[in-house]
Amino acid sequence: MRVVGILAVGVLLLAVIASGIAVVWARHQDRAAFVALSKLQNQRDALNVEFGRLELEQATWASPSRIEQIARGQLGMISPPAASVEMIRE
Amino acid sequence: MTPRHPPESTSRPPRRRRPDTRKRLALVLGVLAIAAVGLIARAVDLQVVHQAFLQQQGDARFLREVEIPVSRGAIYDRNGVPLAVSTPMLSLWANPDELLQHAERIPELAQALGANTVDLTRKLEQRNGREFVYLRRLMPPEAAKGVLALEIPGVNVQREYKRYYPDGAAMAHVLGFTNIDDRGQEGLELAYDGWLAGKPGLKRVIRDRLGRVVENVEQIRAPVPGHDLTLSIDSRIQYLAYSSLSAAVLKNHAASGSMVIMDPRNGEILAMVNVPSYNPNDLDSSTPAQRRNRAVTDVTEPGSTMKPFTVTTALESGKWTPTTMLDTNPGTFTIDGHLVRDDNNNGRIDVSHVITYSSNVGASKISLSLTAQQMDKVLHQFGFGASTGSGFPGEVGGYIPPPRTWGDFVKATISFGYGLNVTALQLAQAYSAIADGGVRHSPTFIKGDDNPGVRVESTYIAGEMMAMLRTVVGAPPATAPQAAIADYSVAGKTGTAHLAVAGGYSRDRYAALFCGIVPASDPRLVGVVIIRDAGGRGGEYFGGKVSAPVFREVMTGALRLLDVPPDNVQQWYAGGPVQPAVAPPPQPAGAVPVARSTPGAVP
Repeated sequence: MRVVGILAVGVLLLAVIASGIAVVWARHQDRAAFVALSKLQNQRDALNVEFGRLELEQATWASPSRIEQIARGQLGMISPPAASVEMIRE
Repeated sequence: MTPRHPPESTSRPPRRRRPDTRKRLALVLGVLAIAAVGLIARAVDLQVVHQAFLQQQGDARFLREVEIPVSRGAIYDRNGVPLAVSTPMLSLWANPDELLQHAERIPELAQALGANTVDLTRKLEQRNGREFVYLRRLMPPEAAKGVLALEIPGVNVQREYKRYYPDGAAMAHVLGFTNIDDRGQEGLELAYDGWLAGKPGLKRVIRDRLGRVVENVEQIRAPVPGHDLTLSIDSRIQYLAYSSLSAAVLKNHAASGSMVIMDPRNGEILAMVNVPSYNPNDLDSSTPAQRRNRAVTDVTEPGSTMKPFTVTTALESGKWTPTTMLDTNPGTFTIDGHLVRDDNNNGRIDVSHVITYSSNVGASKISLSLTAQQMDKVLHQFGFGASTGSGFPGEVGGYIPPPRTWGDFVKATISFGYGLNVTALQLAQAYSAIADGGVRHSPTFIKGDDNPGVRVESTYIAGEMMAMLRTVVGAPPATAPQAAIADYSVAGKTGTAHLAVAGGYSRDRYAALFCGIVPASDPRLVGVVIIRDAGGRGGEYFGGKVSAPVFREVMTGALRLLDVPPDNVQQWYAGGPVQPAVAPPPQPAGAVPVARSTPGAVP
């Protein structure tokens, strides 16, 4: 009887210790995962930021007023007058 | 000690001298038990009874809840071109207490910020005792990081968003703008603020004594980024309209101008511009007058652009047909002692020519056969006198006097567009209803918005009206030869209204209007141009001369951009039979300014 009792206490003790370590381990995993998540979120934000900035840059370069300026000023382009447009029937 | 006594010492009985170990044990155990109970009691006290309080106190010393900033949704035009984009900036802030403890570094900081040391010190001292003061908001990230690199104690950054509008002034009134906290203040930024603005998230972090984040602990509320918005606006047409209108306002020495372009099939607004405008990226340099979206907030007496609705009422009444004759001799007409006058004596004309020549006398005579209630009902059906439901902030509904107050003269003035007022957007809506065969759609700024129309007149009457409006864009004496667009049939109506000023109507200040529909055979675009106070001394001020050319210029470009097939080609290139594509337009032969070269002789 006594041996069984000691054995039981021993097993339970080990179980308690194991569970305690498991808690610590899980906690650590949680922290690590959260850090990784935050890092990825930051990375995503940075990429979004970059995308927005590029989009803005593209829109600025491609703004109609700039295109018109370059087309008329530097390239000497004009919109053809109605008289020089011929309609082609399909 | 007992064992140390020599066993032979027998002066006392050893057993009696030996202390009672059991009692000692009991005593020790008892003391230990009491101590243990005390500890447990204390532990229970701390862990259970006061747990909440202590936890809170502990957390308060290092845990902080901070917002996770989210970006505002972008605004795109109908083709996906970005019109408003939020880009992150850094805002520098300081803990005044801490910074003042290192006052020797303030000059260095002031220099980095380009500020005055004295001002900066004063600002910090005023806020001493608080934990937070903005040093400079919305700095470009590189600049802010440069200041941060100085490692001045108490100086920190925080991410915020700034809104950029790549199309600048052309798009300014439609989009509106946001304030420094990225909330909509005007225009569609305000109307759709709830959709565009996200919900900042909340996270718990561990901070050190200096306020730096040591560790992210957990996310309390997930951030919800703002939604993107796709408008019905076509930025290319918008730009075209803005540049043409600006040029016309400048050329005609006008005070202001507005233009609205609408798709009559679904009420989508393709362009809405106003001059003067402002740069939404640099709000401080603009005035409230520049920031007003005149197309929806300013009312104008519509002048002759109201006549089609008078004639619509006449046709609906059954008393008139487009060919009913009436006499406008001698070009003037007296009602209740008031004189109504035409620009020329048009003689005996039919109802259709009342529109073609824009005869005030004709419209007045028609109106006298109608009741005020009939006219009022038609005007309301076409959307005048009430907000269009576009949802645009600050939109006004215009004014129609209550019909029971109309005498004969008021009826006549309303028949040619005085005594009531309308916005450019309302005119676009009403002409779109004619263009869409009598179905009125509320204007919308959102692409693909489900927008069923309301029938406001029969398809037959709308067709008759379109035919009459096509005669307006013909050779003089039709009023709008300058609205003609090569290869397309155009319907429209001019209007020239004396501006109402304090104490009556100005003798020499006018609003020049043109409302047009292209292509007339299968309407795709409705354009309204209003140019206010054009002409100055001796210049042009008629709707047909000032506003119609703007319409032509913008629509020529818009039809090309939208790939609308021409419906009124005078001559096809090589091989094709030389004939008009569709039924000959009702305008006189010389109406369309296409003095065409022979095929192949293109310069």
